[in-house]
Amino acid sequence: MEPILLIVFLPLLAAIVGGLGNRALGNVAVKSITTGSLFIACALSWPIFLSFVGGHAEPHVVQVLHWVQSGSLTFDWALRVDTLTAIMLVVVTSVSALVHLYSWGYMAEDPDQPRFFAYLSLFTFAMLMLVTADNLVQMFFGWEGVGLASYLLIGFWFRKPSASAAAIKAFVVNRVGDLGFMLGIFGTFLVFNTVSIPEILVRAPSMAGSTIGFLGMQWDTMTILCILLFIGAMGKSAQLGLHTWLPDAMEGPTPVSALIHAATMVTAGVFMVCRLSPMFETSPTAMAVVTAVGAATLFFAATIGTTQWDIKRVIAYSTCSQLGYMFVAAGVGAPGAAMFHLFTHAFFKALLFLGAGSVIHAMHHEQDMRYYGGLRKHIPLTFWAMTMGTLAITGVGIVGLFGFAGFYSKDAILEAAFGAHTSIGAFGFWMGIFAALLTSFYSWRLVFLTFFGKPRWDQSEHIQHAVRDDHHGAGHHAKHDDGTAGYHPHESPINMLIPLGVLSLGAIFAGLVFNHSFISEGAGHFWQGSVVFSEELIHHMHGVPTWVKWAPFTVMITGLAIAWYGYIRNPAFPAKFAAAIKPLYTFVYNKWFFDELYDRIFVRPAFWLGEKFWKLGDQGLIDRFGPNGSAWVVVQGSRIASKLQTGFLYSYALVMLLGLTAAISWVLVH
Amino acid sequence: MIGIEHYVVVSSILFVLGVLGIFLNRKNVIIILMAIELILLAVNINLVAFSSFLGDLTGQVFAMFVLTVAAGEAAVGLAILVIYFRDRGTIAVEDVSQMKG
Repeated sequence: MEPILLIVFLPLLAAIVGGLGNRALGNVAVKSITTGSLFIACALSWPIFLSFVGGHAEPHVVQVLHWVQSGSLTFDWALRVDTLTAIMLVVVTSVSALVHLYSWGYMAEDPDQPRFFAYLSLFTFAMLMLVTADNLVQMFFGWEGVGLASYLLIGFWFRKPSASAAAIKAFVVNRVGDLGFMLGIFGTFLVFNTVSIPEILVRAPSMAGSTIGFLGMQWDTMTILCILLFIGAMGKSAQLGLHTWLPDAMEGPTPVSALIHAATMVTAGVFMVCRLSPMFETSPTAMAVVTAVGAATLFFAATIGTTQWDIKRVIAYSTCSQLGYMFVAAGVGAPGAAMFHLFTHAFFKALLFLGAGSVIHAMHHEQDMRYYGGLRKHIPLTFWAMTMGTLAITGVGIVGLFGFAGFYSKDAILEAAFGAHTSIGAFGFWMGIFAALLTSFYSWRLVFLTFFGKPRWDQSEHIQHAVRDDHHGAGHHAKHDDGTAGYHPHESPINMLIPLGVLSLGAIFAGLVFNHSFISEGAGHFWQGSVVFSEELIHHMHGVPTWVKWAPFTVMITGLAIAWYGYIRNPAFPAKFAAAIKPLYTFVYNKWFFDELYDRIFVRPAFWLGEKFWKLGDQGLIDRFGPNGSAWVVVQGSRIASKLQTGFLYSYALVMLLGLTAAISWVLVH
Repeated sequence: MIGIEHYVVVSSILFVLGVLGIFLNRKNVIIILMAIELILLAVNINLVAFSSFLGDLTGQVFAMFVLTVAAGEAAVGLAILVIYFRDRGTIAVEDVSQMKG
């Protein structure tokens, strides 16, 4: 039996058993089944990946079932295993397994644990289906599956109205992107008469330069197809314009944020663009669009990240920004670098989220960083894990010596953007450099606000609740002037610390160990044609000027210095600075007013239109002349008829006579 | 010579009188009963006239039945009236307006 079948279908089996068994099986049984199957899947995935790294594995396709055969449209359920899939397999199964384990601790007090774990496993199955897809329709199946799981998990605490709203928002915004993806699939089938990815990729170059009619205009075929598919990727990967759902998705439990909204699902768009990179290569316009959107997103999200107070939102915008980096790399023709960043990002971003979860756990569900401070001594292990993650995301490292995971991948992206020698590449490069500064600033700001300085917990309602509950019955209120309000944060249990430790190792070493495989000049042997690999670009990347190589490091140090000055040395400074640039600060703090803008141009007109349809169309027209109208006629008719019923004998007799006369006349005349 | 037409005319007049008596009358339920008797009599005249005109006895036999039924009906009707009067203290048609849902 092929291990890939086990990898993909064990999580499905676990989700079905756990989901249907639910309370009948009990918490421990369901948690063991789901977590166990994920660890098995993870253990089976790594050998596949390592055999591709070692260069002694061949890409192959495992048939599962025939799916559709209708005219010229035929496709199967088939699992494709190649380098690209192998990377995603280890990312998805590793992070998912660790998140399952982490959730044992994080969700320990939740009443609905079996449901949670079943959803997590269901998500993992859908994601694996997506990354192993051999045709676009199967990819779309996985695509929608992860969307569904994401919806269910964001709204996991569905009694909280904000969580329900966030879940709906995520679903609806993703619909917009999915429409683009669907149109892309339809268009691809129209042009190539197949949905099989390998066939499309082979035949894509021959279609370059042809035109196709769409929305009443003539377009370059490959450009329009790629852009439609990319709109799907934008929705899933929260790129500028369709990003609004991602920050709100933080309403879900933190392990969900780590798994879905950092490491795996949101990278599906990047994965799709990489998977179809030979197709994107045929359209320079589409590539430029990908780069431009990526560059705009990475800059825009990084600016917002610098102003947010909610620890999870900072990391969410950081994710959004890092996804922008990946798209820049994919857009300048270096999908290898994009996948490398996806790979390392999965480790350190999952680590940051799980670390944040650990902090939130310790701080009694307080998420506002203004009420943290001085936690370094109380939760030292979490502190060290978060520091590793921050070192990785800010890209700390010495060129040619050693670096944390993000150092290799982010620098590779920036070098590729610079080395592409196009104006749009240069745009991506400069945006990337500036965003790297912001990344360093907001990441260290998060660490400094959370772990350094003096405790500021006494302002927090959550902490006050916790303290009050602790002292309940003891009947005394000790005075605490140290800002702790008498609360003592506790380190997380061991099942939450193990994932933090494992992911820390990933954040430290993933770049160092695998950078040679992913982005060296001989990486063509590793990719084996699963993505576009341009040795020329790699050559350019290695040939960039020295200042380009050192620029990310310089801005990283600068960001660190600013954060240190603003949040340790001179804590009064940020507020003063924000007041000095108030309009700009307000603009950025309110997330560039995207939500308000969308509310004005989409939500409210939609409500207005809906109300008009409801009041005028539905009530005014259909109801009025349909059911209500006929009911009215009956009522009025019977009201008239009931007037005939006087109760007087003689009027009855008259009616009877008239009736009789009429009947007789009718018989006679007839 | 009195022919069949005369009988038919008389019975028609009687019939119309009876019918009008039912619903032009606003006074008294007894008058309604009497009007019904008039209608039945008109029918009887027709039956007997045609019986003798056609030389068929069946019509006259039928007239006897109608008389019997009319007598029974009058008896029952009067009995109801008596009860009704005892209950309501009036038998004016104007006051009988309960016959509706």
